[in-house]
Amino acid sequence: MMQLIMEPWPWWVSGILVGLTVPLLHIMSGQSFGISTSFQQVGSMCTPHSRASYLRDFDRRQGLWTLVFVVGIAVGGFVAAHLLSASPVEFLPASYQNVGGAIWLIVGGFLIGFGARYAGGCTSGHAITGIANLNWPSLVATIFFFVGGLAVTWGRLILQVF
Amino acid sequence: MPTTDSPAPATSADSATSANIAARAIPWAMYLRVLTVGTFFGIVLVKSEVVRWQRVHDMFLFKEAHMYLIISTGIVVAGIFMFLIKRCGVRTVSGEPIIYKPKPFHAGVVIGGTLFGAGWAITGACPGPIYAQVGAGVAMALCTLLGALAGTYAYAYAKPHLPH
Repeated sequence: MMQLIMEPWPWWVSGILVGLTVPLLHIMSGQSFGISTSFQQVGSMCTPHSRASYLRDFDRRQGLWTLVFVVGIAVGGFVAAHLLSASPVEFLPASYQNVGGAIWLIVGGFLIGFGARYAGGCTSGHAITGIANLNWPSLVATIFFFVGGLAVTWGRLILQVF
Repeated sequence: MPTTDSPAPATSADSATSANIAARAIPWAMYLRVLTVGTFFGIVLVKSEVVRWQRVHDMFLFKEAHMYLIISTGIVVAGIFMFLIKRCGVRTVSGEPIIYKPKPFHAGVVIGGTLFGAGWAITGACPGPIYAQVGAGVAMALCTLLGALAGTYAYAYAKPHLPH
């Protein structure tokens, strides 16, 4: 059993557990599963008097749980990678371990932050929670997540960039 | 969406009432539960390997079904449970009704969604995996997180000028 846990988990175990996170979080805390709101929470806490209403007028007390939740995700990441893995997990390919890679990650991260907040959610809030609740704008968002992702992946392949 | 546990409509069960009082006295109980679910999810993200750039890359290349299977299974399982929660009127542990607030449609769903997808493909991580990578000690993931916060600030300032 322990040996099975130490190996990467099969898709069906992973999928079921990802899905269970949605009702679990609802029942345990009354919150809808979503992660990118934590970016707004962090921004709002860092600059509570920001000129941008998006940060200044955000309800930091109501949003505090998002920060607690992502701290939990980081703890879970540590536990899984260092205590529950038989061999080291390769998160990023070797080609990213240089200055060029760092720039790509910052640019990609920027698109994630800007895009997720503009779209009103990310993979967790839109693709999983949204579609599970039959919220059609979330399906549209998910389709366009793939439009963007496919364009970049195939564009890079065809143009041989990076 | 009261995050602090507000009193539920009076129930006959004494245990539920005392649980509410306890939850109000220690609001940290809710945060502790959130932290626990977060830790659980962080473990799942790493052990399922959805935190790996290669898995995301192979998904967009249609090279393997792993990610598609996980995401779709997750949606189906979450969907079944959300249906049951609504149908059976399941409440939170502190006795509040469970409500899903639908996300609205606007131009950002399309434009922001596309930009987000591009970022996902470049970094091999969506927001959850960014935090899981940082927690796992991946130094380069700090670049992704920094970028994401910068992107959030950019959106915060650009918001009044963007179509919604």
